[in-house]
Parts: sequence; C-alpha cells; structure tokens
Amino acid sequence: MNNESDLNIVTKNIISDYTNNEKEIFSNSPDFINKIRQQSFSSFKNIGFPTTKNENYKYTNIEKSFFGNYKKEFKYEPLSIDVHEVFSCDIPELKNYILLVNGWFYDKNKILNKSENGVIIGSLIEAAKQYPELVKKYLAKSINPSTDTLALLTSAFLQDGLFVYVPDNVTVSEPIQLINLIVANEDIMVNPYNLIIAGKNSSVDIVVCDHSLNPNAFLLNSTSEIYASENSKIQFYRQQNAHDQSVQLSNNFINQKENSFVNSVNITLHGGTVRNNLMVNLNGKGACNNSYALWLADEHQHIDSNTFIKHSAEECQSYQLYKGIMDNKSTGIFSGKILVEKNAQKTSAFQSNKNLLLTNEAKALSKPQLEIYADDVKCSHGSATGQLDEDSMFYLRSRGISKKESCQLLMQAFADEVTSKILIEPLRNEINELVEKRLRGELSRCNKCKVNCC
Amino acid sequence: MLSIKNLKASINGKQILKGINLEVKAGEVHAIMGPNGSGKSTLASVLAGREIYEINSGEVLFEGKNLLQMQPEERARLGIFLGFQYPIEIPGVSMVNFMKTAVNEKRKYFNLPLLSSSDFLKLMREKKELVEIDSQLTNRSVNEGFSGGEKKKNEIFQMAMLEPKLSILDETDSGLDIDALRIVANGVNKLKTPETATIVITHYQRLLDYIVPDIIHVLYNGQIVKTAGKELALELEEKGYDWIKKEFAN
Repeated sequence: MNNESDLNIVTKNIISDYTNNEKEIFSNSPDFINKIRQQSFSSFKNIGFPTTKNENYKYTNIEKSFFGNYKKEFKYEPLSIDVHEVFSCDIPELKNYILLVNGWFYDKNKILNKSENGVIIGSLIEAAKQYPELVKKYLAKSINPSTDTLALLTSAFLQDGLFVYVPDNVTVSEPIQLINLIVANEDIMVNPYNLIIAGKNSSVDIVVCDHSLNPNAFLLNSTSEIYASENSKIQFYRQQNAHDQSVQLSNNFINQKENSFVNSVNITLHGGTVRNNLMVNLNGKGACNNSYALWLADEHQHIDSNTFIKHSAEECQSYQLYKGIMDNKSTGIFSGKILVEKNAQKTSAFQSNKNLLLTNEAKALSKPQLEIYADDVKCSHGSATGQLDEDSMFYLRSRGISKKESCQLLMQAFADEVTSKILIEPLRNEINELVEKRLRGELSRCNKCKVNCC
Repeated sequence: MLSIKNLKASINGKQILKGINLEVKAGEVHAIMGPNGSGKSTLASVLAGREIYEINSGEVLFEGKNLLQMQPEERARLGIFLGFQYPIEIPGVSMVNFMKTAVNEKRKYFNLPLLSSSDFLKLMREKKELVEIDSQLTNRSVNEGFSGGEKKKNEIFQMAMLEPKLSILDETDSGLDIDALRIVANGVNKLKTPETATIVITHYQRLLDYIVPDIIHVLYNGQIVKTAGKELALELEEKGYDWIKKEFAN
C-alpha cells in the first residue's frame, strides 16, 4: 500500500464512489446542499490529496490513511440494535445529548427543535430543509477550495451533523453535546458536518465526543464550522476516544467577529491515526481565541495537530497551548502558524507546544511559525520537548511515592494544564479521570458500553 | 538509628564526600555546619537516595538496614525525610493529592489499610494546626507560587504528615525571616520524640537557638573534621571557618 499506484487507487476509488452514487448521495438533501457537494467534489478532483511535499502534511501521508476497505453509506441504513440500550454518556449533567450514529442523525424526535427563545438545535440536513436561507448563508463558506482537501471531502459526502443556531442576545445555559458514534460490524467511513452559528451577544457551549462501539477500523472525517458574531461567547470542546484501528480526521473552522470570544479544547485520548486541523479567522476588532489541545499516544499511534490562526483585524488576541504525551513508538506532531495581516495592529498572539516523551523511540515533531505583516504586535511562539523533570521526580519519590506513581502524577500534572481549560466542571472531572486511566494504561472507555470491543 | 561508615560519593567524576563517619541515635539532634561547598547538601541528598550521585565506597545502615541499596521511596517509607533546601514547585499536582498519595503509599508498604478521604483530611487539618501552616497553601499545587518562607513551612508540614524517624533538614533556615524561622523551628521541636532523630544542616547559629542540637559536626572538604557539643556553634559564629580551614589545609 506504499507504492504510488495503490495511492492513486485510493483517489480513484473516492472519485468513483462519488460519481457512481451521486443519485443516492443527493437523494435526501436540498438542491443548494447538492450544489455545494458538487463544487466541493470538483475542487477535490482538482487538488487531490496533499502529498508529504506539502509543508502542512509533511509528517502525515493523509492519502494513505484513506487506504482500506471502508464501507460508505450514501443514505441512512437502519441498525439492528437500539443504540440507547448499549450506550449512555457517563456524565449525568450531559444526559440530553444528540447522537449521530455512523454519520446519521439517530433520534428522530430530536431531529430539529426550535425553542421559544429562537434557539434551533438538531440535524443539519433537516435545518437545511426548514431554514435554507440561514444554512445557505454559512455552510461551507469557510472552506478554502484550493487547500482544504479533507473538509472538501466531508462536504462532498456530507451525511448529517449537528446544527446549532443561537439568536442575538440569547444565552444557552445547558451545554449542547453531540456524540459521534461508530456502530458497525465492518470497516466504515463516516463524514459528519457540524454548523454552529452564534448571534450577537449570545453564548453557547458545545461538546463533541467521538466514540466507537466496535473494534472495527473506521475513518471519521468530520468538519465543524463555527461562526461567532459580535460579542458572542462560545466554548467548543472535543473529545476523541477510539482505538488503534481508527483514523480520526477533524477540520475545525472558527470565524470570529468583533469582541467575540471562543475557547476551544481538544482532547485526544486514543486514536490510531489522528489529524486535527484548526483554522481560526479573527476578522473583527477585539476578537479573542484560545485554543488548547492535549493528545495521549502510545504503541504506534500517530497524532498530528495543525493550526492556522489568521489575525485579519486589529486588537485581536489568540493563545494556543498544544501538549502531547508520547509513549512507546508513537508520534506526535504539532505544526502551527500565526498569520498577522498588515492591518491587524495591536495583535497579541501566543503559541506554545510542549511534548513529553516517555521512551527513546517516541517522536515529537514541532513546527511553530509566525508570519507578521503588521508592525505593532506582540507575538511569540515556543516549543519544548523533553522527559519528566528529574528534580520533580526525586521530590515526589523522597516522600515515599513510587517511581511509577510519581511518573503518573507528573504526567497528569502535564495534562492538567490543558484539561483545566475545560470550564464545564462535570466534563472536566470526567476527562481528568479518563486521562488518568489512559495514562495508567487502563481502558479509558467513557461509557458503560455492553458491547465488548477493544 | 543511622550509622555512616567511610562514605565516599562523587558527581560527574568529582569527589564530594571523602569518607564520612557519623552515628546518630534515636532522640538525638545533630547539627552539621561547614563552609559552602563542603558537601553538606550532597550528604543529605545521598542519604535520601538522589541518583545523580555515585557512591564510591562506604556503608550506611538505617536501623540495621543497608540504606544505599534502597530506592528513594523505600527510604522515605522506612522513615527518612529530607527537608529540601530548595523545595520543588510542581504545577498541576495538588498538595492534597500529593500528600494523600505519599501517606497511602507508605501505608500500603506496611500493609496498613488506606486512609479514607475524610480521615485523610482530618489528619491534614491536625497537622496543619500543629505546624501553623496557612490552610490556603494546601489547596494549591505543590509549592507553586509559594514564597520562600511558605515553601519551608510546607516542608515541615510534609514532615508532620509523614511522621519520619530521621529528618534531615537541609538549610531549612535559609531565606526565612525571624517569624517564619520560629514557626519552622517550633514545628520541628513539636514533632521531636525519643524515638526520632534530626539532622539539621545549617550555616548559622541562629537556627540552633531554636532547635538545640546535642552534637555539632563541622563538615569540611568532604569530611567531618570536628565534632563537639552545642557550644561549638557559638565558637563558629564568632570566629568563622577560617581557623578550621587552616587547621586542615594540609
């Protein structure tokens, strides 16, 4: 599968999957969505997969990750089991979640609800049917057709996803949780698409959890577009928790207007190949973006985080903290770029990547970049890769704590710098517990699932 | 309790301890004084099990057991406590979690039932009062953002929690104002029992006004060159170390 002709087959297969099944793919979505599909597909055909010669994909052969006998569902296929019987979220405060199973909207009674204050939550496809003008205004507008290959693919094969609209001046008090669940007895490819729109002076918290209930290989290529209007506040949390056979790709576009505030935290607990793209566009004066990520990798896992923070307006702030713990022969990659445009004076932008290597064979690759065209800015970036601090280790051990437990405490402390940025307390506690279990090498399943898999 | 015979240790090939002999019995307080660079902190670290030092020869018995073959954590569980000259800040590890883990690891080692959270918190409250540590400090990460004095008080608090048999306090007085010094010294004195022993490493007579030693040793150039009663501290305060250096220059 390493030679070029095999990889050509990957692209060819994707192209023929689309063209051969166009009718089915189009069958349940409105025309304007199908038009977006066609445009995205034709852009994908033009640009293809980025090769490792592309600086942004230098360490991850993304085309290779699509290699495999993945089943694709072009329309909803009912399951033989009731997912609610085998899956529940462990956080009581987050019981009212929305389930996307294999990319399709699962609970028909939650398909799209508009509450009295105008908040709309539910299926993206259903929203496109009921509120076409609203969806049309935003959907796929953040995708760059000449660079964003993976997002183009999600948009071409778009199944369904979470749609959230918060009108001006409305605060959504309960977090909105989406669970992307993979339930399949064969290898499967899934393309969910989320669209979050927050009006002026609004506030909303979004939690996305990616899980699988089976040990089968899967490829999850999800895209989320987030629009934060003037003075809005959005918390966006994602937890990726699957197994070694998983390929988890996420494309996150965050667009921010004047004085908006977005805090995003991405926790990768477990994945085979993971690639997370974050594109932030600060295009209103005084917008503020904080992005945090933590990944835990062992065995041969490969976790690649790529960020692009664009300061297009003045007085915006961005802060990124990306941290990875790599064990065994795993690889963690951070590549991040801050672009400050000429008019984006008084920008302050900080970027930091810290890696903890637990073995000599684990790898951390780090590429922080700054590109600045304004002259009155405060920007800095840094990267540090190392092992557990000797002095701290000795201090803990000198109090009677074993070497293993001291390592555990220090790794948890390392992770805590990111998990502490999760402001929903029950979620933070749950994540901390999962991180602890994961670092102890115990299973960190976060649902009492009855299906025995990994 | 502690018996050190001809202990030699080096770091990166540089000989620091050049044959230390020391006997400490239960109930005793020993002070080790000496000029900078004489090996005082090295001795403390070697006893606690710091692995960066190479032991070249000698023997250290703690209650009859060969200390040098043990991991630092095992020494701690058996009752050795090192009060650090520069306590380490560990952001992200809470004091509560740190102490709970330490106390329970020791209990596990002796096959004792683990402390429940409520019993642990009760123990912590008691010990905090005993050593007069501000209760806010234990709600924070280990030493993170603590002042110099707070860090040293925190060392004594940990000592109180772990109830060691032999405490080695490495320049616990450095960086302390007179009030903090009194609190730290009071803590040490309150924790003293006929079954425990203390080794105080210090530069100054001042601390020894509060923690009164039974025996004072002067460490110079990797060896204990003088051992006497507490009056030696006053003599050193007055005359400095030059006369000792001269005496042992050859």
